[in-house]
Amino acid sequence: MKAIRNLGARFLLPFTGEGGPAQPGRMRVHSRQLSDSPSSAAHSRDAFSREWEKGRAFCSAAVAALLLAAPAQAFTAYVSNEKGNSVTIIDTDKMEAIKTIKVGRRPRGIEISKDNSEVYICAGDDDTIQVLDTKTLKITGNLPSGPDPELMILSPDGKTVYVSNENDNLVTMIDTKTKRQIGDVPVGVEPEGMAVSPDGRILVNTSETTNMAHLIDTQTKQIIANVLVDARPRFAAFKPDASELWVSSEIGGTVAVIDPQSHKVTQKIRFEIPGLSKEAIQPIGIAFTNDGKRAFVALGPANRVAVIDTATKKIEKYLLVGQRVWHLAFTPDEKYLLTANGVSNDISIVDAASLKVLKSIPVGAFPWGIAVAGK
Amino acid sequence: MIKRCVIGASVAAILAIMPAAAEPLRVKFGVLRQQHSSETLSILDLPAEDDTLAGALIGVADDNTTGRFTNQSFEAIDEKLAPGDDAVAAAQKLLDQGAVAILADLPADDLLHVADALKSRDTLVLNVSAADDRLREEDCRANVIHVAPTRSMLTDGLAQYLVWKQWRRWLVIKGSHPQDELLAAAYRASAKKFGAKIVDERVYVDTEGGRRSDSGSVQTQRLIPPLTQGASYDVLIAADESEVFGNYLPYRNFDPRPVAGSAGLVPTSWDASHEQWGAVQLQNRFRAQFHRGMNARDHQAWVAARMIGEAATRASSADPKALRDYLLGPEFTIAAFKGVRLSLRPWNRQLRQPILLGDGRMIVSVSPQEGFLHQTSELDTLGVDKPETKCRLK
Repeated sequence: MKAIRNLGARFLLPFTGEGGPAQPGRMRVHSRQLSDSPSSAAHSRDAFSREWEKGRAFCSAAVAALLLAAPAQAFTAYVSNEKGNSVTIIDTDKMEAIKTIKVGRRPRGIEISKDNSEVYICAGDDDTIQVLDTKTLKITGNLPSGPDPELMILSPDGKTVYVSNENDNLVTMIDTKTKRQIGDVPVGVEPEGMAVSPDGRILVNTSETTNMAHLIDTQTKQIIANVLVDARPRFAAFKPDASELWVSSEIGGTVAVIDPQSHKVTQKIRFEIPGLSKEAIQPIGIAFTNDGKRAFVALGPANRVAVIDTATKKIEKYLLVGQRVWHLAFTPDEKYLLTANGVSNDISIVDAASLKVLKSIPVGAFPWGIAVAGK
Repeated sequence: MIKRCVIGASVAAILAIMPAAAEPLRVKFGVLRQQHSSETLSILDLPAEDDTLAGALIGVADDNTTGRFTNQSFEAIDEKLAPGDDAVAAAQKLLDQGAVAILADLPADDLLHVADALKSRDTLVLNVSAADDRLREEDCRANVIHVAPTRSMLTDGLAQYLVWKQWRRWLVIKGSHPQDELLAAAYRASAKKFGAKIVDERVYVDTEGGRRSDSGSVQTQRLIPPLTQGASYDVLIAADESEVFGNYLPYRNFDPRPVAGSAGLVPTSWDASHEQWGAVQLQNRFRAQFHRGMNARDHQAWVAARMIGEAATRASSADPKALRDYLLGPEFTIAAFKGVRLSLRPWNRQLRQPILLGDGRMIVSVSPQEGFLHQTSELDTLGVDKPETKCRLK
């Protein structure tokens, strides 16, 4: 519903008479200003958009009912809406939002259990991780994280979820079956990015204000190395063959390539986009293709995703997506890459083979994370 | 391969947490701070006993969390000046105690005295409060880094937003103190730079009264309308650094027009209500420890403490020269919860930074505004830019 309201606002925007450029991030304010305004044009358009919303709502409800009734064939994407306190569910074949579910406050990190039965959602302002049943789409319980959980990663065997808790400088380890904490590791200030090596042995956490990637032995639960990277590291990912660990630094504007054996930064990937200042390029989410040949890096307020050849580390292309692109996820068949665009309240669907942006789908307020469940 | 493994192992060993490790590298810096005036119009703005220092201490705590992994420990030495105290003697005292840098919350002249006294050393002075443009222009010094924004950066930040709003006609009311005139001059320059028009400039004379009274509002609401009538304007701008009248203007001006500047919509480097870009983490840490909101001076001190921490970590050193080389080098940038990286303008050592525009309850907008372009950094649309600088570093 919220996304639809925003679409209505999109039509209204050119009539606001504001001096500056139309800014989707300010849409809600504009639409509210208009509904309070005595201008009849604004009123009739507002009325139009309300009617239109009703129609849309009816249609999407009908579609949702239809889809829920049919056996699930398509892939399902779950998008956490940081300000919407909701998760939008998307059918990736139909490329439509089919349902929005209310969840806890400030949902950000989102992961799906290996058997696709559960979605884990970090509800930061409720200091917990919620568990969503993918069949009933009901919240069935919680995982006991520390305060303000932000991002998490599942161990390759699916038995453990590793969580970064932004408010207490801790990484928490939780058994997904018993839903109990089995350990924690003190890390740097404002832990965020989480990655685990393909063999499950090395856990990586990035701390935003300490500017480090902490490499943790999952058996001993001890830090084995701390690697300094550029300012505000947000995300970490292992190349599928485990030969490299990539860490994005939002404020530093780089992706550090780390040798997981020597714990050294072997290379720094930098980005340059004509017409954009260096400050606007802020790498966040990283997604590798399964064969490890390509990486996609979300560049935040640059509104682009960089496509990188992992062998040469050269940037093949910049894909223009929505505003403030945050996290990324592939469909399991790697046909599509989905991007969460925080400020434009939508997700973009990228065709991974042709590197074309196919469609934007409106979701809730400030989409942050995406996870896609297999068939 | 063997060599690579050996190096890797030794780096890992150095960086790993070792409870019984070698003595940590100690990094001490001084916090040299003035007592700020308690003559504030709002009691919410009364300076706390630990004003400025608290920000430095949160920075030290953050630095020390990093230090656990790098075997470094950080410490701030507080030196609070009473009115009339000699700032240079206090700076010397900090150096004698082993300070490798000095965070200075000082008036412009004291700052210059301290900088000149330290001229022969590598020790850097980090200005965390003085907004005077002259410290970055004709009176610039090679050993001073300016963490606080200048008046011109603040007024440009506000001007961009007002122009974006199409509120281009300004009525300026300035105080009668020299710093108020400097601020009014900055607004004149901003208006010229961004195409706004100052329709009239009026003076509110400080009659040197106190700020507290039992029934002040009765008089104030009769006093402000005559002062503000007879002009056709979009926005009323207060240039009042001395807290004499700024906050008397909102809701009391003759015409129903918004107020900005020293009251109403205020340009600042930080506000306790700022929460974007992860700022809420820092606000939470600060409030948990000091039981009050973080103000602009606190934040500037936090940034300065983090700059020293970053330099010590990256340079693996507590040597003032190594810290200086890192901070003044091309690699230096810092994250400060303001959405973009902050860096130094090499020509005058001013920290580039976005300017927040807030009403004390919310951040309304953040400048630079979209559409104000610059060939090197949009942040350089704020304040005096390189082609206009009068600074010759020495």
